[in-house]
Amino acid sequence: MDHGEATTTTEPAGTSPTLGPPLVELKDVNKHFGDLHVLQDIDLTVRKGEVLVVIGPSGSGKSTLCRAINRLETIDSGEIRIDGQPLPEEGKALAKLRADVGMVFQAFNLFAHKTILENVTLGPIKVRRERTSAAKERALALLDRVGVKNQAGKMPAQLSGGQQQRVAIARALAMQPKVMLFDEPTSALDPEMINEVLDVMVALAKEGMTMIVVTHEMGFARKAANRVVFMSDGQIVEEATPEEFFTAPRSDRAKDFLSKILSH
Amino acid sequence: MGDFLSQFAELFANYDVLGAFWVNIQLTFWAAIFSLILGTVLALMRISPIASLQWAGTAYVNILRNTPLTIIMTFMFLAVWTQLQIRMSDDFATNFFRFAVIGLTVYHAAFVCEAIRSGVNTVPLGQAEAARAIGLPFLPAARLIILPQAFRGAIAPLGNTLIALLKNSTVAAAASVSTETSTLMREMIESNSDLIYAIFMTFAIGFVILVIPIGLLTTYLSNRLAVRR
Repeated sequence: MDHGEATTTTEPAGTSPTLGPPLVELKDVNKHFGDLHVLQDIDLTVRKGEVLVVIGPSGSGKSTLCRAINRLETIDSGEIRIDGQPLPEEGKALAKLRADVGMVFQAFNLFAHKTILENVTLGPIKVRRERTSAAKERALALLDRVGVKNQAGKMPAQLSGGQQQRVAIARALAMQPKVMLFDEPTSALDPEMINEVLDVMVALAKEGMTMIVVTHEMGFARKAANRVVFMSDGQIVEEATPEEFFTAPRSDRAKDFLSKILSH
Repeated sequence: MGDFLSQFAELFANYDVLGAFWVNIQLTFWAAIFSLILGTVLALMRISPIASLQWAGTAYVNILRNTPLTIIMTFMFLAVWTQLQIRMSDDFATNFFRFAVIGLTVYHAAFVCEAIRSGVNTVPLGQAEAARAIGLPFLPAARLIILPQAFRGAIAPLGNTLIALLKNSTVAAAASVSTETSTLMREMIESNSDLIYAIFMTFAIGFVILVIPIGLLTTYLSNRLAVRR
């Protein structure tokens, strides 16, 4: 499961002094899907510049947590604040907040009827009201940065999964977000395409982007994360630095989970 | 055979058959445009996040879809014109033509709405989520992301609705549009009962000629414009 050449990992400290003020704050967040209590009293603070990896078995609520932060899922109780502002219920205020929160999905979700370039420029032009020429210029720079500039005129279906996901990252970055959410960004990818996406994410982390990443990629967690949060059955069971978590998990559930994903 | 052809010649000489079909084409054209607009608004209401709009859209579709078109057309004549004395035009024929277009529009908008909704169902949920995630509110997300893909997925069912609309335009007779095909056909049969087969063939073939290209075109377009995923 370990990707890349990461044998000599630099250990990021969990409470590095370089981290800024709290950017994403969750307090007593609860959510049910019918009888299933999918988020149970979640308390979590992510500071500016922090890279948080959320890990856990499927059905543990980690995707729901990620989606709740820009209100693609509503919550039953508790409070979510982004940059000090509580999440608005609906309408223009919510749309405005979402523009500041970048989201990358497991299934890429590129706009299927728009070209790669249009996918990246749509938000800046229609939401941020940027001039078309300026938006295009910046979109091309972003596509260049994620290595798919030469595909700008193609349709999403013509690109590989790895390329589509890198475009999705560029699309989110084009909005100049305060924080980026990644909901299992490499889970739908063929193995040989995972690294090209992770490389972009590692570079982004190094540049100081605040990131919340739901993933099982331990290589990414070790290389880029400040902190790992382990979720199981809707609860945060354990929080630690990546090194601590992967080498010496404290809880039985984390040990059990890690033994399952490491056993082969 | 020659005898049969001469019967057609006689009918076409004595009656304005092409003119009658032209009236149906015009009824269809205007009703198609207006029902596409109204149907799109209804579809937007039904997929909107606002419960009262969803309810209103659903109620409209269920009521209009389940009301016989003849009743709607008769309502335009008896209630709107006779009782409410609403006039769409000072010209008698234009007035009833417009009533017929309104009747056809309100009825077929319900079917257009459902055709578009079936198109919306071809658009994966992730498209709407991605649109919301970059900060697009409901209406811009619908206009820029959902509807353009939904229309492409709805071409075939919209074509079916258009075909039904063309044939249903003959019910305009119930709203006193006296120049369209079904009225003309009745007149022709009344005074030329000996030519009944020729009369029947005239209108049957006429509608086949109009309907088949619509079917071919929508099939072609729905393949051509399909969104590759």
